[in-house]
Amino acid sequence: TMAATKTSKEQKYDRQLRLWGDHGQETLENAHVCLINAIATGTEILKNLVLPGKQTWLCADHNVAGTDESIILIDFFLSSDSIGKNRAQAATELLQELNSDVSGNFVEESPDKLLDDNPEFFHRFTIVIGVQLPESTCLRLGSVLWHASVPFLVCKTYGFIGYMRLVVQEHTVIESHPDNALEDLRLDQPFAEFKSHIQSYDLDSMDKKDHSHTPWIIIVAKYLEKWLSEHNCQPPKNYKEKEAFRQFIREGILKNENGIPEDEENFEEAIKNVNTALNPTKIPSAVEDLFNNEQCNNITSQTPSFWVMLRAVKEFVHNEGNGSLPLRGTIPDMIADSQKFINLQNVYRKKAIQDVAGVSKHVESLLQSVGKVCFQFPLCKNASFLRVVRCRSLAEEYSVDSVNKDEITSCMDSPDSEMVFYLMLRAVDRFYQRHSRYPGVYQVEEDISRLKLCVNSLLQEYSLNVNIKDDYIHEFCRYGAAEPHTVAAFLGGSAAQEAVKLISHQFVPFNNTFIYNAMSQTSATLHL
Amino acid sequence: MADAEEPEKKRRRIEDLTEKMAVDGGHKDGGCDWDGRWNHVRKFLERPGPFTHPDFEPSTESLQFLLETCKILVIGAGGLGCELLKNLALFGFRLIHVVDMDIIDLSNLNRQFLFRPKDVGRAKADVAADFINRRIPGCKVVPHFKKIQDFDESFYRQFHIIVCGLDSIIARRWMNGMLISLLSYEDGVLDPSSIIPLIDGGTEGFKGNARVILPGMTACIDCTLELYPPQINFPMCTIASMPRLPEHCIEYVRILQWPKEKPFGDTSLDGDSPEHIQWVFERAQERAAEFNITGVTYRLTQGEPVNKETIPAVASTNAVIAAACATEVFKIATSAYIPLNNYLVFNDVDGLYTYTFEAERKENCSACSQVPQDLQFPPSAKLQEVLEYLTENASLQMKSPAITTTLEGKNKTLYLQSVKSIEERTRPNLCKTLKELGLSDGQELAVADVTTPQTVLFKLNFTA
Repeated sequence: TMAATKTSKEQKYDRQLRLWGDHGQETLENAHVCLINAIATGTEILKNLVLPGKQTWLCADHNVAGTDESIILIDFFLSSDSIGKNRAQAATELLQELNSDVSGNFVEESPDKLLDDNPEFFHRFTIVIGVQLPESTCLRLGSVLWHASVPFLVCKTYGFIGYMRLVVQEHTVIESHPDNALEDLRLDQPFAEFKSHIQSYDLDSMDKKDHSHTPWIIIVAKYLEKWLSEHNCQPPKNYKEKEAFRQFIREGILKNENGIPEDEENFEEAIKNVNTALNPTKIPSAVEDLFNNEQCNNITSQTPSFWVMLRAVKEFVHNEGNGSLPLRGTIPDMIADSQKFINLQNVYRKKAIQDVAGVSKHVESLLQSVGKVCFQFPLCKNASFLRVVRCRSLAEEYSVDSVNKDEITSCMDSPDSEMVFYLMLRAVDRFYQRHSRYPGVYQVEEDISRLKLCVNSLLQEYSLNVNIKDDYIHEFCRYGAAEPHTVAAFLGGSAAQEAVKLISHQFVPFNNTFIYNAMSQTSATLHL
Repeated sequence: MADAEEPEKKRRRIEDLTEKMAVDGGHKDGGCDWDGRWNHVRKFLERPGPFTHPDFEPSTESLQFLLETCKILVIGAGGLGCELLKNLALFGFRLIHVVDMDIIDLSNLNRQFLFRPKDVGRAKADVAADFINRRIPGCKVVPHFKKIQDFDESFYRQFHIIVCGLDSIIARRWMNGMLISLLSYEDGVLDPSSIIPLIDGGTEGFKGNARVILPGMTACIDCTLELYPPQINFPMCTIASMPRLPEHCIEYVRILQWPKEKPFGDTSLDGDSPEHIQWVFERAQERAAEFNITGVTYRLTQGEPVNKETIPAVASTNAVIAAACATEVFKIATSAYIPLNNYLVFNDVDGLYTYTFEAERKENCSACSQVPQDLQFPPSAKLQEVLEYLTENASLQMKSPAITTTLEGKNKTLYLQSVKSIEERTRPNLCKTLKELGLSDGQELAVADVTTPQTVLFKLNFTA
């Protein structure tokens, strides 16, 4: 039955639904993913998308399994039955077997041929993942996808080095799920409903039970009121003043008939939270930057929903919000009796709902002004955590005029920087262009000097005044373009997760180059 | 990367290859290593390089060692275990044993890719071994559907390297303790041949870590116990009379209502039973309604209390951490590169972040320092206080310690929880003071606990 299938799917995906929710799951299942090259790195990426429910995918590979003996069976998704079959077909069959809810497709063509035959072939995809692509193919595909606004994730396992490059013009993130978000309590700018709520409390006239079960937010608010009236409306600012404020609260703890302070955990909580409670409410600079964006201020009928919503939030901030974002509406748990806590929670919740309605009105009027219709998503709750990621194109990275020389040279100043591996990968690509093979596949010694020539020509072409030690050139010849499975698997997990982020618009993707060094188990994110 | 080749040549090469593989295509023999099968590994074993371990010597024997001699133990055949088995097998390791006491559940299938819906209910170790042996010719994974505690030193001693993909800190500490107990010292000097490297991986949602432990030499699990903070438990008064959150309501039903009402007879609450969860869910909703609390959902009910069964998990994080661990197994087995020294942290919530550092050994580590632990208490302290210290102290975090000592030449159990009759008999001791129990300054106490296979020695140090 439908219901039974739904529950069994929910059970299967339970552990990941706790991370990205049903809406995230839906985007993952329905996205159109294309993988180019069914070698270990690629099939590992697909495996990590198929397992969590990727319903369908397209695998493109013009190679036949078995033409390069060393590739057989370092890939978990090729078996002895795969010999002679097209690689994409073989991998698709074994991947499909992983999850009964999915079914993939394959095409036996190289990406160059696909582009030759139909330049718009790749436009239909939510994301294209290219593995071990030669430089020319990569740049060509990169350009096509850039202009079609399709995110492109480039991956490469080369010996004990892993490489990923994200190419996306603009990627909006609504739910970034930051690890340590500060609470939105507004104690420095209490809103009207909050003020009247704390008016209803008179700490001095409460009996012990009520006094000990008053939420710490109320306590801090009350004491802050008193402090402000005694300090010329100036809140505690430096350490000394905050200490004095903490002491002020501490003196409010009830004492028994012998003058000994009672055990009032809620007061202890108040004292402990003074520091964060006194944080001024302000709009994160990342969000301010978004407000200043062209797309935010220039709404047309082509503007994506994210920017319309953001503009509505900005309008809210400048009007009903009095300079603040819509209230998040949640409060942390704290020592309190049920009723006091629920009542306080409802004050925040109601205000948050009111703010959402305010933002919605702005959305409506903006849409009306450009004649568009769109759907709502949880923008307000996440207003402080909105992020936009913009990557430079491959063309910008590779062009002599716009290469990021500063990033390269400043990284190369540190002896242990992973930047050297990026440069070596570029040199190796150059070697392939010149010799139609990678260095060290058969012999190491003879290729070292050839690779060194490629390194020098690379550095010269981009006028990079950096030094690459011979050891790295030797090592990259030694690799012989091997694809060790554990490095492929590490990339497989990393790339799959970035793909999920791009598909779901949850969590923040990297920008824009990731290098993994399995020799030292270190990594770096470079901005190239 | 396939070179351009004439179609006829290609076709013939494929035919040859198929023939070679068919001849000894079975999984029992090692006779399935056709030309080129291990090329990718051999580049790292047969070629000299500038970044290899100082002990590394290029040779064809290393590959033979991997294929024929090196014995690896994988602990856990779950999210990390499945990945580890695949990674090791594809690198040429063949003599692999895997231990796991669990059976397969539907919720495992989103990441434990060696299992299929038809396997639900079967032992993880068995199904995993079967799959790997079938998919990767020559690999001989031996499964053990057992707890790690079911084996003794003679079992563990046979392995060159042990790699853990566990989901429990207690199990990790036990394994840690077992390998420490295998160490032998001659005149106070550690015999390096008695060291079995332990590689440990852990994941939770988008975070993970991988570490290399050389027992007796580098930081062990217990040396860094403070990195694992104890779980948060809600105070009883909140649950009993002052709930504020939906979690409080669920805990009320689980801890108080269930034992009282015994809805399914004398059985304890089974987190995997939909009927049990449904019962808790409905009662939790009722309680929440009483207090005007919203937010009790079926999913939240399943997840309370947060335990290993419901920690968020995805395939990708397990893939990353298992890959890092397997890389270390390869490095240690072959000296191909210098192993991780010694702790890697990974987080891909915001971009991808890794941090590598050297965790330091603790001088007085209760597991690996061989130094009796100091217990400082006044003689008037009650035994209860000592018990609480053993369980609550961040560096000890014992679960249900059993305390024994020697008094007047005889072995005396001061308190033991795990056997009902002994617990009843020794319970009065908890209220007695250390002096009343006849203990003196400098007295040695031996403490046994699930967190370690060996007893831990403590020395009583009377304070004023």
